[in-house]
Amino acid sequence: MSAEPLPPAVEVTCLGHRFGSKVAIADISLSVERGELFGLVGPNGGGKTTLLRVLSTLLHPSTGDACVNGVDVLADPARARRQIGVVFQHPSLDEQLTSRENLRHQGHLHGITGRLLGERIDRELSLVGVADRAEDLVRILSGGLKRRVELAKGLLHQPSVLLLDEPTVGLDPGGRREFWDHLRRLRSTHDVTVVVATHLMEEAEGCDRIAIVDRGRLVALGAPDQLRSEIQGDVITLETDDAGWLATAVTERYKAAATVVDGRVRIERPDGAAFVPRLAEAFPGRIRSITVGKPTLEDVFVHRTGRQFVDGGDD
Amino acid sequence: MTSLVLPTTTLWWRECVRFARDRSRALSTIATALVFWTLIGFGLRGSFAPAGMPIDVGAVEYLFPGTVIFVVLLTAIVSTFSLIEDRRAGFLQGVLVAPVSRVAIVLGKVLGGSTVALFQGALILPLALIVGIPITVAGAALALAALFCLAFALTSLGFVLAWQMESIHGFHGIVNLILMPMWFLSGALFPIAGAVGWLQTIMRLNPVAYGLVSFRNALYGTPTAEWVGPGLAWILTIAFAVVMFAIATRSIKR
Repeated sequence: MSAEPLPPAVEVTCLGHRFGSKVAIADISLSVERGELFGLVGPNGGGKTTLLRVLSTLLHPSTGDACVNGVDVLADPARARRQIGVVFQHPSLDEQLTSRENLRHQGHLHGITGRLLGERIDRELSLVGVADRAEDLVRILSGGLKRRVELAKGLLHQPSVLLLDEPTVGLDPGGRREFWDHLRRLRSTHDVTVVVATHLMEEAEGCDRIAIVDRGRLVALGAPDQLRSEIQGDVITLETDDAGWLATAVTERYKAAATVVDGRVRIERPDGAAFVPRLAEAFPGRIRSITVGKPTLEDVFVHRTGRQFVDGGDD
Repeated sequence: MTSLVLPTTTLWWRECVRFARDRSRALSTIATALVFWTLIGFGLRGSFAPAGMPIDVGAVEYLFPGTVIFVVLLTAIVSTFSLIEDRRAGFLQGVLVAPVSRVAIVLGKVLGGSTVALFQGALILPLALIVGIPITVAGAALALAALFCLAFALTSLGFVLAWQMESIHGFHGIVNLILMPMWFLSGALFPIAGAVGWLQTIMRLNPVAYGLVSFRNALYGTPTAEWVGPGLAWILTIAFAVVMFAIATRSIKR
């Protein structure tokens, strides 16, 4: 008798939701393997939060299915809640309680009590480096420490899937880096799959795989390296006064696919550095500046959507 | 059953801890009530003889039970203000994604608010002795029971309102609009028997009036109202609490 293969940590099929007439997400299908650090990446307002709200049982979508560890989130939210831990974008700690009291409260909500609970609280707080501040009111902790206590809170009941929605919002770069160090360290200390939403491409780089979500649609899915490798060679960006004319001219002359993105001309070439002098010679006085770079995830976004990656307000 | 007790207890505990750490809130409510009571009581002393009461009381004594329930009603409903904060921050979401029954969430919150309100009422209850109300231990226990029912009902009511409100600012307005008439027309300031006919009808429809009668009866150990029997007053007091809680539970399920 062969063992059933384990279901994926997260499986979403044809998920769609609209708020009134506004489409929040449309036809999203993806699955996350166990143990992955998976990023939901895209501009604010693109649908990441909606997707996470469905997975965390807070929102019933208009269409589609969602499973966490094989548990149907829509049909059996009570059981799904045992599988998940959630770190929200907004602070979920009670500022008037201490870190330990917050975690004790969380433990009790999950039916954990007594010595086991005490041990778990000590362990989680020390793993995120807040053990020495356990008895301080949350109100007096720094933003970075608060987020780390949130992380400990989300992990306290040992969920198999941890969902995080923009967990580093409001932190300075140092605080962000520290938080991500803790996040990456989780795979050695916890048996947990992590799904994290972020609008920061540098954070996306730290994930095993990412899904780029824009305007409610899934525009790319894969490992950051793999997605970047879709772009041949280098990305050249030209600043100019008449992007439309220049793009057409470059395309005709070199048979290179030049596109206009946000008033700039963008060209993907295998031989970026060698191409630059030819461009400068061919269009004297027409180009204000030329930039050559290795493709980034921003370029992947542009490549897939034809638009610049910018934040579009609140999600 | 344990799946209800533990989460309820922990939510209840949180309300109590928050209250204990914010003493200014507690003191200001009591102070307001005592100032009201003293000023109105001594102001009306010479011009007030309560109508339709089997016992002989002056204005200061008459207003005392109303003062106590004012503290309880206000504390109870104000305790639900935090629900709006909790929702705007992520705290409530955190509770909602935990595997906890929705009834436990309402019950924990409502019991917490009721406990805090009851505590406040109990603090000023001993003043009954100074006023000259011949309160007994059994009477005090019954009086606290009546206060608890009122607190439970008003916290549930606050829960229903707060659940639908976006801002604390708007909630303040609604609370004043509902709480003040409920208190004025409960018999706290003047007896039902002395009011004009149409007002009497409105007052008889006010559930807080029955809570106040039960409370007053318990304090004196004897019926204090001619318009409603003690048994019926108790039944309606308890029913008020139960019905409001049921409505609160329904509102969160939607």
